[in-house]
Parts: sequence; structure tokens; C-alpha cells
Amino acid sequence: MAQHAAKGARFQAVTANRLSDGEVVYWAADNRWVEGFADAEIADGADAADALLARAIPADFEAHVLEPYLFEVLEDGAFYKPASVRETIRAAGPTVRLDLGKQAGA
Amino acid sequence: MYRYDEFDHKLVADRVNQFRGQVERRVSGALTEDQFKPLRLMNGVYLQLHAYMLRVAIPYGTLCSAQMRMLAHIARKYDRGYGHFTTRQNIQYNWPALDKIPDLLDELAGVEMHAIQTSGNCIRNVTSDQYAGAIEGEVEDPRIISEIIRQWSTFHPEFTYLPRKFKIAVTGHVNDRAAIKLHDIGLVVKRNNDGDIGYEVHVGGGQGRTPFVAKKMTDFVPKAKLLAYLEAVMRVYNMLGRRDNSYKARIKILVHETGQEEMQRLIEAEFSKIDASQMLTVPQEEIDRISAYFAPPAFQTLAAKSDGFTQAQSQDADFARFVRANVVAHKQAGYAIVNISLKPIGGVPGDATDAQMDVIADLAEKYSLDEVRVTHEQNLVLPHVKLDELKTVYDALAAHDLATANLGLISDQIACPGLDYCNLANARSIPLAQEISERFADLDRQYDIGELKIKISGCINACGHHHVGHIGILGVDKKGTEFYQISLGGAADENAAIGQITGRAFTEEDIVDAIETVVTTYTDLRADGERFIDTYNRLGMAPFKERLYD
Repeated sequence: MAQHAAKGARFQAVTANRLSDGEVVYWAADNRWVEGFADAEIADGADAADALLARAIPADFEAHVLEPYLFEVLEDGAFYKPASVRETIRAAGPTVRLDLGKQAGA
Repeated sequence: MYRYDEFDHKLVADRVNQFRGQVERRVSGALTEDQFKPLRLMNGVYLQLHAYMLRVAIPYGTLCSAQMRMLAHIARKYDRGYGHFTTRQNIQYNWPALDKIPDLLDELAGVEMHAIQTSGNCIRNVTSDQYAGAIEGEVEDPRIISEIIRQWSTFHPEFTYLPRKFKIAVTGHVNDRAAIKLHDIGLVVKRNNDGDIGYEVHVGGGQGRTPFVAKKMTDFVPKAKLLAYLEAVMRVYNMLGRRDNSYKARIKILVHETGQEEMQRLIEAEFSKIDASQMLTVPQEEIDRISAYFAPPAFQTLAAKSDGFTQAQSQDADFARFVRANVVAHKQAGYAIVNISLKPIGGVPGDATDAQMDVIADLAEKYSLDEVRVTHEQNLVLPHVKLDELKTVYDALAAHDLATANLGLISDQIACPGLDYCNLANARSIPLAQEISERFADLDRQYDIGELKIKISGCINACGHHHVGHIGILGVDKKGTEFYQISLGGAADENAAIGQITGRAFTEEDIVDAIETVVTTYTDLRADGERFIDTYNRLGMAPFKERLYD
């Protein structure tokens, strides 16, 4: 799996793609997969990130999602944002089609 | 066009039913993702950034109107109203839901289409010249042997688990429009001194992280023996190709490490065994049967010149530009080959909406003897349009933003989906293509620059063919930020060449200015009549590098 967080990254979240339709999803604090990055649970520190990923991938995770992984996020004022261009695009949709992806319903 | 026989119909229908069962078992949990992934990939289904992506095969880039109409229908019903034509002459849909894909494939099968050989480590969909059967000077329609290769390679049990994917391209013309020397096997249709048809065979071309131009393995293999020769190549590859490292598993690496002469010897040794068995000698009646599908269509006997066509050009400057840039002479008097650019200024290279696909299907049915072609440069072609009807076709294209007169010019770029869609990409390709297109939007400036092929890839896998662009652009990732590396001097035609990197990469903010610097260096230094590639080949990298970095 590709590296999605720099060494020493402080804040991380867990993302995956939904099995049925490939939709980008995030692991939320109430222990379910949600579509919006804004609802993703953010882990502070490496140990918290490992624990977050462990909660997100119980034994039956493959019945719901594909390829869950941790990725780095950054503080953005009172909120968070994905650190990389890749995760920014996954969270919003194609930058060349603003009518598609999550950004279309925003 | 080739039409399915009962075996083809059954084979495709069985495959759809098989995949339906596999999807149901994956959704029910009976299959793990590790078990399912190779199965979905064998059916053209990838997982990309936002959704699944389905790649549909368009064998040798030929479609009839009913098939194009079905592609439009699929885009409407199962996707988001558009499709993306690729450098493999295929089409990709970016948003299908997994549980709907079996129904989608079932509808595709109704028009003799499928997603077989669009993914996985098998012999992929054979590609060819988009002007096949229409261009003057062709030795033979390359789709005949392409179809024979398709029938031989589809579900071939020996070649279902190759070390890596394997791509074959065929040209029947000295002007190579199929980039055959950048394929695992490239075939050139030839006629020997006795007048018999056969094939020059090139092996070991490819792009990706280690680009190579293919090496010629033989000057001439007779038509009936070609499958035996191809099988010999495949067996040598299957026996000796590396399986320990996917980056070194393509046949180009084997050819490079083994050497041309030794590869020739190995292939000839295998070929002599297969040939002696005569198991793969194609019977003449089978060659004749398949050739009949590609017999010239019912052309009318027309005058070579059309007064109406000439008059329309004098009355409509935009039409005259379109003719100059996008229309190519046809082998049949009174007809023309019409290229439809899928590169409108500021558009997404290769994308077409469902409505546009429907328009093209209607035009093909009414004005092009029911044929459409897909090009590896991500454009479409109406191959058989009467000169008398060309203005009508143009008007219909123009009404749907399909008449951009830029074929082969700087805005006619290849661009992979890049980081906007692709799970493998490191950087975006499409926005860069759009910015370059808008920077050089003035058609008069484009005509002054002349033929210039820009090709953009969002990662080293080189789906955007950056290695063989006159100007190639490779997107790279540096700590989560996009940078772009320029290469110059590549070519994908009969003079195939791998471009050379200019130097350090440019930021997203600077890359379009850098491209403009390369272009103005060329226009400042070119001799009379020189294209960009001619000037580069004459002067080399130095003057371009000097202006880019000093």
C-alpha cells in the first residue's frame, strides 16, 4: 500500500472505498463509515492513529469497504483538511469536473 | 466490420453470467477482495480514486453506429453522462456501481461488445490504424490480422497468466498511426517480392518506467504462419520473462537483457517447432472468411472533386479551417476521412458526453457507411464521408462542440486521467492539458506552430505516452505536491523515439510558461518548413535547455 502520511505526521484519519459503489468513505467517531470528510474521526499522534485504524478494520470490514488506510490531515483553523493533493481530490471530486463527486452536493 | 458468430455470442454471454455470479459472491461475502480482485480485473473493473472504473474494449478501434449509441446509453444509465476514450482505443467509464456492472455488461453484449482483455496479465485488446480500409497506400486492411489475433488470443489458456500485460498493435501502412514500435509486439503488414502478404515483426517496445523502442525480430512472416510466430514469441516470454519483479516483467526488459540476436534465435527455435506441427497454420478458408468482413464497403462511384464541397469552403472560413486540419484524403474518389477532435479548447482530452456520442452515431449511420473509429490519440474518426456531404457533417459536429480544427496541433494533446481520477497517479494531467490548450487557443497561432504533439502522464506508468511526445510532460509527486518534468524529442510514428528529459521539474505554477518557452525557442530557431520535431532533431536539447534554465 502506498504511503499516505509523512513520517511524524501528527493528525491522521482513516479512509476507504465502499464495496458496493466505490464511494470514498471515512471512519467516523460513532464507529461507522461516512461519506463526508468533515465527519471523519481525527487521530492525534501515532498511537491514536493505530488504534483508529484497528477500530476501522474489524474482522468483517471487507463486507463493507475496500483498502482502508490512514492518511495525513492538517489543522485548518478550527477544522482539518487532507494534507495531500490526492486526498483533497478524493474528499471533493475531480478538479476538472466540479459537478461530480462530493463537491457536487456541497 | 466483423460480426459475432454463434461461438462469439456464447463466449461473451457466458462471461457476463460468470461475472454476475462472482459479483454476487463478493457482495455476499463468499469471496474476499483478494479472491475477487483478479476476477474483476479480468473483466475490466478497476477501483479508482472516487469509484470503480470500467474499461470497455473497442477491438482495433472500430465501432458501428449501434455500438456507439450503446456507449452513449451506458454513459447515461450507468455512469454520469460521459465516457473517456483512451490511448488503447478503448472507452472508460468513471463511476459505475459494482453491483450494476453485470447488467451493464449484459447490455453491451447485445451489441457485440465486452470488457474482455482490457485488464490483467493477458494479451490485451489489439489496436490498429484508425484509417484502416480508408487510406490510400495501405498494403492490406490491418483489421483482418487484428481480428485473427483477437480470436487466437481471447481466453488463450497459455496466456491468461503472463508475467505482465501484453499489447499488440498493427499497421497496414508505412505511416504508422498505431505507435506499433511502442508495443510488446508491433506488426507491419507487408508484401514480399512474390506479392504475398506477410508481417514485419517488432518485439519489446513499451513505455512505463523503462521505455524502449521495439526491436525488429523478422522482416517477413507469411500470413498463414503469423499466429505460429506470435505463439513462439509468447512462449519465449512466458518461459523466460521475469515474474519476481513486476517492474521488470514486461517483454521489453527480456528483449533488452537477452539482446536482439539471442531473442531472434530463441523465437526462431520455438517457431520452427510450432510451424512444423502445423497446429497454428491458419487455413486459407478461415483467412478468407474473416477478410470478407473487412471487404471495402459499398462506395459509390463519384467524381474526385465536388463543386459543393469547394464552394462551401470558400463561403465558410471555419469549415475551410476544419477541412485543412481535420480532413484527410480517402482512397475512394469523392470520399474523405473526417477526424473528430475530442480536444476542444479547455476541454478534457478524450471525453465525450452521451449526447455527443449519440450525434456521432447518427452521423456515422447516415454519412459514414455506419463506421466510427477511435484513435490512440484520443480522437474519433468518421472514415467514409462523401465530399458532397462533408459540410452537413461539419455543421452537425460544430453544433455539438465537436468541430475543433486542431488535429495534430499543440492543443490536440494526449492526457491520461491523472490524479483527478486515477489511483496510481502522482499528479494531475487534465488541468495541465486544459491550461496549455487555453494558452495556445488561437488557431492561427497553432497553425503557425504546426505539427506538435504534447503528451501528458500523471505518473511513470506513462498512460499519457509522455515518453513519445514531441514535448512530453510527466507529473511527479514531491511530498504531496505536484511537479512536472519535461522531455523533448519523442515520437510515436514510424520514426519512433524516446524523448530526453530537459532537467529539473517545474511547479504547477511554472509548467505552462515552461512549455511556452520550449515552443518559442522552436519558432525562433526553426528553418523553413521545419516541424518542431525536425528542429529538435537538428539542434538537439541544448538551445531548449538553455532557455528553460538559464
